[in-house]
Amino acid sequence: MDWDWDFVRQIMPTLVQGVKITILATLLGSVLAAVVGLGIALARRSPNKALSRTVGWAAEFIRGTPLLVQLYFIFYVLPDIGILLPPLVAGVIGLGLHYGTYTAEVYRAGIDNVPRGQWEAAKACNLNARQTWSHIIIPQAIPPMIPALANYFIAMFKETPLLSAITVLELMNQAKSVANTYYRYLEPITLVGAFFLVISLCSVVLLRWLERRYGKIER
Amino acid sequence: MTQWSGYFGLILQGALVTIELTLMGSVLALIMAFLAGMGRLSRFLIVRAIATAYIEFFRGTSIFVQLFFAYFVLPLVGLELTPLQAGVLALGLNVGAYAAEVVRGAVQSIGREQHEACIALNLGRWQGMRHVILPQAFLVMLPTFGNNAIELLKATSVVSLISLADLTFQAQVVRAQTGNTMVPFTTILVIYFILALLISWGVRSLERRLARGLDGVRV
Repeated sequence: MDWDWDFVRQIMPTLVQGVKITILATLLGSVLAAVVGLGIALARRSPNKALSRTVGWAAEFIRGTPLLVQLYFIFYVLPDIGILLPPLVAGVIGLGLHYGTYTAEVYRAGIDNVPRGQWEAAKACNLNARQTWSHIIIPQAIPPMIPALANYFIAMFKETPLLSAITVLELMNQAKSVANTYYRYLEPITLVGAFFLVISLCSVVLLRWLERRYGKIER
Repeated sequence: MTQWSGYFGLILQGALVTIELTLMGSVLALIMAFLAGMGRLSRFLIVRAIATAYIEFFRGTSIFVQLFFAYFVLPLVGLELTPLQAGVLALGLNVGAYAAEVVRGAVQSIGREQHEACIALNLGRWQGMRHVILPQAFLVMLPTFGNNAIELLKATSVVSLISLADLTFQAQVVRAQTGNTMVPFTTILVIYFILALLISWGVRSLERRLARGLDGVRV
């Protein structure tokens, strides 16, 4: 079977539509993962043992099970208990929750890396817990985490094809549907692969830059 | 009344396929990890280039796309694969690329003095690697290999999309036949989690065994 450029030109508009959804899902998923991760990290540090244990176990469970099954769970099981979600929303929630448990570890490491002296200084300045977090700890903890967070967001981007399993019309699903319409798998699937490869090679450059810019921890 | 025992048998069959895939994929991944990881440390530019290209390619595109490529596109160039072969190939090559970086990092983390000791003892490059560097580096790799194996276990769920009857696929079958979504999906989530716990427990006990007698040596 030979590569057919005319066919590539013909299917390009459909694939571009898929790319838009892929990027949208990645962006929304990243925002959700960043927020969920912070929530998990803070809950695990909570003095309330019951809360920190429960959240710790839940995060461990989510990290130990496949994203695909979690997506099925959100999309097919939740309607049974009355929560009906559109595919894209279910997909974004799945991505956000799954990668939130990974970013939680990044936050944990980042927070642990803030020197003890900063906590003591906050106490000495008579800041309460909320002020300590928002003015002292988080501003210092975030910059060193940025490269690691970006790494997970890129990993999430590469997982978005899984959303096609719950009928989100992202790039992979569009490629599969054109492939099934014309019975040509070579061009669509190769283009999807090439697209992901190009984006992730670019993201390697971006990551290197982020590491240079934010990666250094000041001591 | 639904015949749950029969359906549970189906899910157990799926669990066996998942375990089989995880084991075979891990073996392939381990082989590829050492080949590519050592390749990146080679003296020869061409070997380094091939290893780097392999790693960047398989880390840069998602496992889902690679699996579809192996299953739908390779037959077009005359390489017919069964779903099981395609699954093992894609999983092993994908996770092998991630693990190759672990191998490289671990070998590079072994101190200069060990290399100098090899030269002082007149060991060849291969002998020094085999008897001095790798035994120490392997202990450094082991915990990350455990994480990689869990990633591989989770990635096996994707093979259900190329009609291989693993856990996720069987859960879909049960869902289609009973109309119940909650029970099958919850069951397989728990099974995946137990398998992940088994892997991390196995790796930890292997690590303890291999570390015996090295207490004073390791930092």
